[in-house]
Amino acid sequence: MKRLFRWALKRSLYVYHVGASACNNCDIEILDLLTPKFDVERFGIVLVGSPRHADVLLVTGAVNKLIAPRLREVYEATPNPKVVVAIGTCPSGNIFQDSYNVVGPLDKIIPVDIYIPGCPPKPEAMIAGIVKVLEKL
Amino acid sequence: MFDILEVLFLYLVFPGFLFSAVVGLLSCWVDRKVTAKVQWRVGPPMLQPFIDIIKLLGKEVILPRGAYKFSFFFFPLLGLAGITLVSTMLWIFNVFPDKTFIGDLIVVLYLLMLPPLSLILAGFASKNPLATLGASREMKLMLSYELPFILAIFTIVAKSHSLLMGNMVTVQSTQGMYLLSASGIIAFIVALICIQAKLGFVPFDIADAEQEIAGGIIIEFSGALLAIYKLTKAIMLFVLPVFLITLFLGGINVFTLWGIAQFILKYVIILTLIVVIKNTNPRLRIDQALRFFWGKVTVLAVIAMVLALVGW
Ligand code: SF4
Repeated sequence: MKRLFRWALKRSLYVYHVGASACNNCDIEILDLLTPKFDVERFGIVLVGSPRHADVLLVTGAVNKLIAPRLREVYEATPNPKVVVAIGTCPSGNIFQDSYNVVGPLDKIIPVDIYIPGCPPKPEAMIAGIVKVLEKL
Repeated sequence: MFDILEVLFLYLVFPGFLFSAVVGLLSCWVDRKVTAKVQWRVGPPMLQPFIDIIKLLGKEVILPRGAYKFSFFFFPLLGLAGITLVSTMLWIFNVFPDKTFIGDLIVVLYLLMLPPLSLILAGFASKNPLATLGASREMKLMLSYELPFILAIFTIVAKSHSLLMGNMVTVQSTQGMYLLSASGIIAFIVALICIQAKLGFVPFDIADAEQEIAGGIIIEFSGALLAIYKLTKAIMLFVLPVFLITLFLGGINVFTLWGIAQFILKYVIILTLIVVIKNTNPRLRIDQALRFFWGKVTVLAVIAMVLALVGW
């Protein structure tokens, strides 16, 4: 039974996109994945509107003071099993990390399963990252 | 009459839960695939809706803080049970028209109201402000589409002079389908628009607008509850076209291969119509939807009714 669920989980990822003070560039690249060129719905990946429906949290941006508690709430609102994917260099630390209002890196706030670096990462890189997560599951 | 085992089989396996769930999920796939094609994408594989359901069943179910436990878990199930019952009844009336009973059409109409009603209650029970907003929108939407929907259905009642669904099927099999008359076609169009709203598809997806209120009623549903919601929607996507076919398109003849092929053809045509409407329209606001249904659509339905009474 567990194996069946895991098999299904790998083929049907519902993604919730959390913008944790990103510059909006990563977010646009994420939306690229849904366009005709990449069309991740082929693999059953859909964007959902509520963390309660999600399996994957895509977090973008250097986490700032305002968003950190919300991020924790969103993480808790997501039902298990869940995966956190950090998109871009922001969540792991780049030129913004010493900013007065940034409390990141992201893994100080919530556990992260995979980082996909790039500023912003290419859609291909994101797909490759998701595949790596799936292997880990 | 049926004995208890037979009833259980009819309800749970064929033509009840299992059958309508499988066909409904396949229709969901058709919907997603056609949508993808319209948007120049490839779209999900055929088994995707089934995989989604399996996955959701394996996930954690979260009870939000402050939610009413009983209503939150019970009402989605009630909606699923109601729509499954409609499916069972429709198939029985189509296959054995003599099993019909007085007022069965009214029973079906009431049962069709059950899924939206139970979702409204579950939405309120989850105590999420966005879910409450979604539920109140769904309520207004229901008020607006029920009037023309019932008028359109009663056009058929006026034409067949009976409230027996079995009767309507037999009459149509001898005299041709009701769609081929002036009042029939108008009533069919009205019913099709109302079904679009009943399914919560664009342009009437006001209640679960993903972009503004993040799923509305279902915002707090996780895991198995979401699976139940998806199953309910999938079965509705199957049952409502079957309901239209029964009333307007001459019912279903399952005893000949030609009859089954005809049914599949009719079903696919209605499904495609629904999906094409869904993909070519923007979402209305709730007040626009109300004005649309109580204005133009009701006028159309009344015209159909008058035509039917005159005998066209
Ligand atoms: S990683 Fe780069 S592109 Fe992405 S949000 Fe940060 S600054 Fe913007």
